[in-house]
Amino acid sequence: MTAVLETDTAFGKPIRRKEDARLLHGQTNWADNIQLPGTVHMAILRSPMAHAKITKLDVSGALKQPGVVAAYGAKELGDLNGGVPCVWPVTDDIKMPAFPALAIDKVRQVGDCVAVVLGTSVAAAVDALDSIEVSYEQLPAVTNMEAALESGSALVHDEIETNACYVYKMPCGDYEASRAKADVVVAKRFINQRLIPTFMEPRSVVAAPMGMSDEITIWSSTQIPHVLRVLLALVTGIPENNLRVVAPDVGGGFGGKLQCYREEILVTNLAKKLGRPVKWTETRSENMVATHHGRDLIQDIEIAATKDGKILGLKVTLLANMGAYLQIITPGVPLLGMFMYPAIYKMDSYDFTCTGVFTNKTPTDAYRGAGRPEATYAIERIVDELAAEIGMEPMELRKKNWIKHDEFPFTTVAGLTYDTGNYEAATEKALAMFDYDGLRAEQAQRRASGDQVQLGIGISTYTEMCGLAPSRTLGALKYVAGGWEHCTVRALPTGKIEVVTGTSPHGQGHETAWSQIASSILGVPVEDIEVIHGDTGRAPYGMDTYGSRSLAVGGQAIKAASERLVEKARVIAAHQLECSASDLEFINGSFQVKGDPSKTQALGAVAFEAFTAHNLPPGVEPTLQGEATIDPGDFSYPHGTHLAAMEVDTETGQVKLRKYVCVDDVGLQVNPMIVTGQVHGGVAQGIAQALFEGAEYDDDGNLLTASLADYLIPSAADLPSFETGSTVTPSTTHPLGTKGVGEAGTIASTPAIINGIVDALRHLGVTEVAMPASPQTVWRTIQAAKGGAK
Amino acid sequence: MAHITVIVDGTSYQGEVEPRKLLVHWLREDIGRVGTVVGCDTSNCGACTVLLNGRSVKSCSVLAVQAAGCEVTTIQGLADGNEWHPVQTAFKECHGLQCGYCTPGMVLAAVDLLSENPTPSESEIREGLEGNLCRCTGYHNIVKSVAYAAELMSAGPTKGAK
Repeated sequence: MTAVLETDTAFGKPIRRKEDARLLHGQTNWADNIQLPGTVHMAILRSPMAHAKITKLDVSGALKQPGVVAAYGAKELGDLNGGVPCVWPVTDDIKMPAFPALAIDKVRQVGDCVAVVLGTSVAAAVDALDSIEVSYEQLPAVTNMEAALESGSALVHDEIETNACYVYKMPCGDYEASRAKADVVVAKRFINQRLIPTFMEPRSVVAAPMGMSDEITIWSSTQIPHVLRVLLALVTGIPENNLRVVAPDVGGGFGGKLQCYREEILVTNLAKKLGRPVKWTETRSENMVATHHGRDLIQDIEIAATKDGKILGLKVTLLANMGAYLQIITPGVPLLGMFMYPAIYKMDSYDFTCTGVFTNKTPTDAYRGAGRPEATYAIERIVDELAAEIGMEPMELRKKNWIKHDEFPFTTVAGLTYDTGNYEAATEKALAMFDYDGLRAEQAQRRASGDQVQLGIGISTYTEMCGLAPSRTLGALKYVAGGWEHCTVRALPTGKIEVVTGTSPHGQGHETAWSQIASSILGVPVEDIEVIHGDTGRAPYGMDTYGSRSLAVGGQAIKAASERLVEKARVIAAHQLECSASDLEFINGSFQVKGDPSKTQALGAVAFEAFTAHNLPPGVEPTLQGEATIDPGDFSYPHGTHLAAMEVDTETGQVKLRKYVCVDDVGLQVNPMIVTGQVHGGVAQGIAQALFEGAEYDDDGNLLTASLADYLIPSAADLPSFETGSTVTPSTTHPLGTKGVGEAGTIASTPAIINGIVDALRHLGVTEVAMPASPQTVWRTIQAAKGGAK
Repeated sequence: MAHITVIVDGTSYQGEVEPRKLLVHWLREDIGRVGTVVGCDTSNCGACTVLLNGRSVKSCSVLAVQAAGCEVTTIQGLADGNEWHPVQTAFKECHGLQCGYCTPGMVLAAVDLLSENPTPSESEIREGLEGNLCRCTGYHNIVKSVAYAAELMSAGPTKGAK
């Protein structure tokens, strides 16, 4: 071994993924692939109405159909009709109405579950739904948040006598004083529209009594097998130690599989009741109405500044659409954004108020970024409007107000302490990659010549808080669970390594990246490391994967567990080599006596000694493993600068994303190939919010975009290639120097796109473009600015 | 019920099938070829794409009875023994997949695209894959994968690295 190789570890290399072989050959185990003998399939009768009384429900007709094993409404299900849990009561006086898995007496959203049929095949169960007799008395649907809060509005939940779920306030400093001092106050209303997560693998869940014990195994397409196990135990009353939850191969989540869904509750309870496997897989059309949605805020934003561009204060007033019920963290999602409205900017005061509102729509919950994309959109849009108001170049305004690299660690007006950052470096690199000055010159030329196609430049200089999260902080926010993560690293007698993690990947490449972390510490080749995840039986402790936490929190646990394993091995190796532990160096997976390279023992040999236990030092227990449960000391704060060149056809409203440049600082990168892939996908989802996606309802509460034919997620033909770069400012609060990356692109990109469109049209009098900025919307906006037809 | 014989990934399967049954459901439920997956119910996502007599089809838009007497290639039959198809090799090398759910369809659509156009431009790749949706990658690396696969295939019989 050369000296170079000795220090050259797998950490930081763009190693191709271990996961890919099975995924590229169809050798996968999606939950819907599981076919157990004797399985009965569940089909669900869903409400076609947003708000109605159930005046009749008779499932007996279904029971007479061929292949039907059972059928239940809420009445027949009785005590097994568990309630969907919410674990984030954000205020003491929050209204938390019941959310029974099967609707009782009343339906409150299109897609509410009314009855279920269990059949020996999917077709038998679905066919029998037609034999259920059901009738409804339609009630006025609550679809508009502002109208919902007016007195006299129809009520989503009669028993709580209001549609207001909660009001949350966080005043920081004296905003009114800042406003009084300000030369300029810019106020805007932004609509952060409702989105549907639209992971590619529809949800699927199988629950089966295992026979050889009282165990019920639940395979679910979930991001959170560990949390789900706890919640299912609480909801169903089945002892937690009889439940095993497995997240097999999971085809994307984006927050949409961060949930304890009513279907998971029903399938689990019915498997127990019937004593046989029960399976349910959603259709895409079910997915669109029954999987939780994201975003859906009305954001009233006010920014106060001096005329030379010093930001003094920010006021944020939100209406947040809860939908018809509260799910796992529905009320808390806006609070994840609450801390981020001040973003990278220094200011004296910040005033935040959020009102949660019930409507007769699908419940909202976490969707990629969860609160932070909404916050970043609002602040980056209002900063551009402030720049326009005072006649300042928008990047110059940002530079004037952002936290300088030598001011870290920096405590923001919202109370967070950002450990590190270098906004100057990321921005300088992005501007150069983008040819910012050249594009500004082209923009001026197109404006001067009155070109039909105008050019706009969209800027987004973002940061975010991720790596959820310090448990004490979560507790202070009334979140019921912690934010720690667990890892056990085992050295097996044959020299192979198992990394048992509590994170639960669904596309992020943990099997590869976690192997790289462990390999870099243990000196064992990546190929000899197996990452075990997503199974409460095999990986018993964990808090799962969401909020860009897996590396930021889970990575710390892998590091600590690996190091503890090495320390135990060192004691055993010292005994074998007849020296003191402090005389040993650990190099490339071998212990070596300092100054005597001939005396070595490889980690695998130590593992075998620990297995046979024939010659262990006194007091050392057999087996070789390291274990760590890490509660992070702080959040993780990635940042970056995203730039979009937008061409807008002023005659047709057609928008073209000509160029997209992003420079992200996610600290040290375990696998830069995976990091870049996360950025690409994140950026695409943020662009999709800006240009393509929106869950549209009619006034009766019908979801109009209830299939992939109507809800436009972009195809390859709708997007360009992206130009990505990075700067590396290692985190000082996370031992690996890493930061989260899963949501960064989504958080950053939406305002870059809309800022670009507005920038292209500002000379025509346009100051706002609604999302999604379809050609029709853009054309109407241009016409309205011209004073023409709307 | 109708009697059908279909060659799937080189093996002949016979069976009785309801005339309404979709090819994708027959593959998954009747003969256990679960590598092909269902992503939607409106023929939009392309996750279920297979090759039917060598041409790509969305197997949710074909009845099983329509495949009678045909040859079907799924993602499970694309490799030649241990030898990966160059499109599979390219997707791994270029990180053209994340969760992998769209991958079976995306790979087979790419195989068909390259058989029609062995040297596609970036825009031809993007247009050619328009019927296959991916939510993870933003398509950037999928497009790179297909371009790289075209390179590998033009270089002659590949020794696809794993």
